[in-house]
Amino acid sequence: MDRVAIIGASMTQFGERDGWVLDLLSEAGTACLADAGVDASELDHLYVSNMASGEFEGQTGIPNALAHDLAATPAYTARIDQTSSSGGAGVYAAWQSVASGASELTMLVGGEKMTHRSTAESTDVIASLTHPVEYKHGVTLPSFAGLTARLYLETYDAPRESLGKVAVKNHRNGVDNPHAQFRKAVDLETVLESPIVADPLRLYDFCPITDGSAALLFCPESVAEEYVPADDYVTIAGIGGATDTHVVHERADPTTMGGVVDSSEIAYEMAGMEPDDVDVAELHDMFTILEFLQSEDLGFFEKGEGWRAVEEGVTDRDGKLPINTSGGLKSKGHPLGASGVAQVYEIFSQLTGQAGARQVGADVGLACNVGGFGNCVTTTVMEAGR
Amino acid sequence: MSGPNAAAGDEETDDPVFEAAEYADGTVSYPPHPVGPNGAERVGTVDLREYEATVVTWTESTATPPGVRAPNTLAIVEFDLGTEYDGPPVRAIGQVVEDIDVAVGDPVTPVYVEELRDPDAGIREPDSQDWDGFRFEPIE
Repeated sequence: MDRVAIIGASMTQFGERDGWVLDLLSEAGTACLADAGVDASELDHLYVSNMASGEFEGQTGIPNALAHDLAATPAYTARIDQTSSSGGAGVYAAWQSVASGASELTMLVGGEKMTHRSTAESTDVIASLTHPVEYKHGVTLPSFAGLTARLYLETYDAPRESLGKVAVKNHRNGVDNPHAQFRKAVDLETVLESPIVADPLRLYDFCPITDGSAALLFCPESVAEEYVPADDYVTIAGIGGATDTHVVHERADPTTMGGVVDSSEIAYEMAGMEPDDVDVAELHDMFTILEFLQSEDLGFFEKGEGWRAVEEGVTDRDGKLPINTSGGLKSKGHPLGASGVAQVYEIFSQLTGQAGARQVGADVGLACNVGGFGNCVTTTVMEAGR
Repeated sequence: MSGPNAAAGDEETDDPVFEAAEYADGTVSYPPHPVGPNGAERVGTVDLREYEATVVTWTESTATPPGVRAPNTLAIVEFDLGTEYDGPPVRAIGQVVEDIDVAVGDPVTPVYVEELRDPDAGIREPDSQDWDGFRFEPIE
């Protein structure tokens, strides 16, 4: 099977933006096409990753609207909603479209407009993904994080400070990301003394509410060099998607994300790789605790040992396995439907040597995008085209 | 309303039931699903009011959505269904009764509440589900 290449990538400034969702999608889509020197009329498929444009903005039908705005008609369009993992699911859909032969050129644009809503309203929109027995108790995604963090710390005898060090690391990385919502380093004391949001987690353990968009362009690897030089594209070596229970408390081990385990096993097998082959990774650190869970469930570290890796600097930018060189969702921001696309943008940038001050030495990168509280997951393993 | 999210009642007393489902392979789940975790058909109901539970973990959430009390202390608890039950753990998530501290390992009992949050304040259609349920109270 011809592998699928990513030949173009873009992302907008993340943060509080004046534009609405279609403005953001159009900005990222236009930049992505320009990155690869492709005209919109050449697109066979155009996917939009988005969780809740109807709920946030009252704007639905965005794939059709974007295709019109970009002059991409008559390309086939569809919206990919998988909550917070809509971006990763979009990568999966775009990969499928090319790998199956249905499309020779597919663009994926992910985006969300959120900041015009209050924190309480945004929290409720996101919490609407929960089961009725969870929702009626006022369960939110941050409260799942608090519940899981307490269990993790007690089960594995991890210090509270180790979670704070995830925030410190990712904020430090975000300083060098010109697209990040927060380009501000924070110290551990600031993190540990910030207001409690979901005990034992505090404000700096959580990602912000964000507007933003990111885009990727896919084609068969066999024709990638017709568009860009080999140094400027990456290939999808392996990709896997998996689903865990909707009701979080029904999982056998609440500190294990089964969707991460299952999706990564599929991705590694397809790539013919092991966790040790990964040089750089973008994980879904919507909350600091998620970086521990994912780094373990992806096989990078033994169960219950992910916190030690952060303590020992293994996941620092100059460590053995840099994690979230972009600043992660924590510092870069989390515009729901854009986040999984922006993770791949960062890996694309790292593998093509375009990451600037964030650049690390890497030939293989991994992105893990999580929806809900591990409910739906896409793991993508990428290789440099060179 | 009716359907899987409706509040169940005890047929003899009309008291609200903390309804879990029992499946043909002996497993029990809360909440009930059309089939069990292994695909077995549902064969009955287990009223979790009859069982003691233990706190697995808890949090006090301060950033609550519209219509939800603040702060909102939540716990995941695990029910002890007895030595004859060998299926997967039966757990529930729910609010902790107000003004009471809770700790991991605490035994708790369910306490019925008619309205856990304001159904008209949030994004979810009020008629799409029930809003009563059980909070957890530590047993002295």
